[in-house]
Amino acid sequence: MLKEIIFYGRGGQGAVTAANLLASAALKSGNRGVQAFPFFGAERRGAPVKAFARISNEEIFLRSQIKEPDIVVVLDTGIMDVIDVTAGLKKDGIILLNSYKKPVDFSFPYKVATVDATSIALKNDIRVGGIPVVNTPMVGALVRILNGVKLEALKEAIRERFGKIAEKNERAVEEAYNKVIL
Amino acid sequence: MIEKLPAKKMVITGDYAAAYGALLCDVDVVAAYPITPQTLIVEEFSTFVNDGITDAEFIMVESEHSAMSACIAAQAAGARTFTATSSQGLALMHEMLFVASALRLPVVMAVVNRTLAAPIGIWCEHNDSMPERDSGWIQMSCEDNQEVLDMIIMAYKIGENKDVLLPVMPCLDAFILSHTVEPVEAPSSDEVAEFLPKYEPQAILDPDKPMAIGTFTPPEYIQELRYQTHVAMEKAKDVIKKVTKEFASKFGRDYHGLIEEYRCDDADVVLMTIGTVTGTAREVVDELRQKGKKVGLIKLRFYRPFPAEEIRKIAENVEAFGVYDRAISYGSGGPLFIETRHALYGLDLPVLNFLAGLGGRDVVKGDVEKMYEILLKAKEEKPKEEIYWIGTRGVEI
Repeated sequence: MLKEIIFYGRGGQGAVTAANLLASAALKSGNRGVQAFPFFGAERRGAPVKAFARISNEEIFLRSQIKEPDIVVVLDTGIMDVIDVTAGLKKDGIILLNSYKKPVDFSFPYKVATVDATSIALKNDIRVGGIPVVNTPMVGALVRILNGVKLEALKEAIRERFGKIAEKNERAVEEAYNKVIL
Repeated sequence: MIEKLPAKKMVITGDYAAAYGALLCDVDVVAAYPITPQTLIVEEFSTFVNDGITDAEFIMVESEHSAMSACIAAQAAGARTFTATSSQGLALMHEMLFVASALRLPVVMAVVNRTLAAPIGIWCEHNDSMPERDSGWIQMSCEDNQEVLDMIIMAYKIGENKDVLLPVMPCLDAFILSHTVEPVEAPSSDEVAEFLPKYEPQAILDPDKPMAIGTFTPPEYIQELRYQTHVAMEKAKDVIKKVTKEFASKFGRDYHGLIEEYRCDDADVVLMTIGTVTGTAREVVDELRQKGKKVGLIKLRFYRPFPAEEIRKIAENVEAFGVYDRAISYGSGGPLFIETRHALYGLDLPVLNFLAGLGGRDVVKGDVEKMYEILLKAKEEKPKEEIYWIGTRGVEI
């Protein structure tokens, strides 16, 4: 079955890397079709950005952008003031938010999951220029929600990509995986 | 020389696939200038050089014009060369493209198709590579990142064939491939070395035996040169078919030569696509087939040489033929449409042109469905229009 995911964040938060990590982990978990791509904008640090990921147990041929996602992942809830992150979300879709609040604190007509990725990033010292980078914990939380992608596969993808800084990111994804509230 | 590289499956961008393909081909010289969305190709390759995976000469130049000049010179000196560009960069190379082909130097250049200004855009359009159809370069388009990597390898094998000796330009759609990650199987360097033997140049610039090439040539000679280059391009058709077959038997991935037919066998109408829209069109064809509509798809791989015979053979058995273009020749039609009508001259069937995705606009399943809907209607009654601007504000279809 095809699962389509949109990541919303701000330039510099690593939304594109999050989508790419998910794709690598999905392949390692045995999915035949994986695809991840950025929304093709002129990205600037701090500006709202979007990244897409498709996962399927069959080969994926579709090349268009995702309009009706199964899951949306919001790296920075601040952008919800300017962007409707639920646009096109399937009826039984899920919103995963980076927030210290509980799902019941949000009033979306969709299933909501929350994880305090900012605190997890700070605790594990994942920062760029002093600013916490929440992409890896968010993927850790996402893997918990998503069927068919294994935590261990995500850690392996992180090791391949990050080298020296892999360890703290691995810790962060595990923590987020365990702490996400559904 | 490159380090021994094992076969592996990676999740990579189209740009990485292009760079890794060139690495596997053990290129001797890379001269390039960065331009979005091609920059990653050159960046990745420079990393391979920096990490000592290859001892290729990496030449930083001041413009694309110089990049192509450097590649031409290096290739003429007996080196296997690689470069990459996009859009404005390709336009700046225009003059030198004709030099590479006329001197019969099989340079390989990945072109990431990006809209040519104005207005400035970085997204996908084919109006950068298509105007280079007369430059004497073999030009082809890829559907996915696997094809990008495989095609770089095949490009050297095709271009360096003694019957061909022409430069090759594999194209990939901006962002839709260049910045999208997906699974790609890379063969080992040993396997590639078995498939692609060492480059054996025909004539080398050699300080010990000085000579000049491409110098002032009077009318007594040039016409024959043009003829020979044309013959080489014609011969490339068979070489492409042979090389894709050989590639399929060695690596298990069959690209079917100049075009790939998809569910064309009993089709009433056929749409021909190029580049990444092909993938989306495959899904639409499957869905329409399930609904009992007899629709087929042709994936055009090579724009030069143009597979006129292959396309005509399919068109002879259908009732309407559609051509998708991601570029426009103002006042005439899409470049592939013009070419296809020429190939189908004398056949009695509607040949229609669909323009979509210009400037990088997303081409969705609904757009392709619209194309088939128009084709199926054209089979019943003579269409009023020949050119359809799909999803264009101010245009009613």
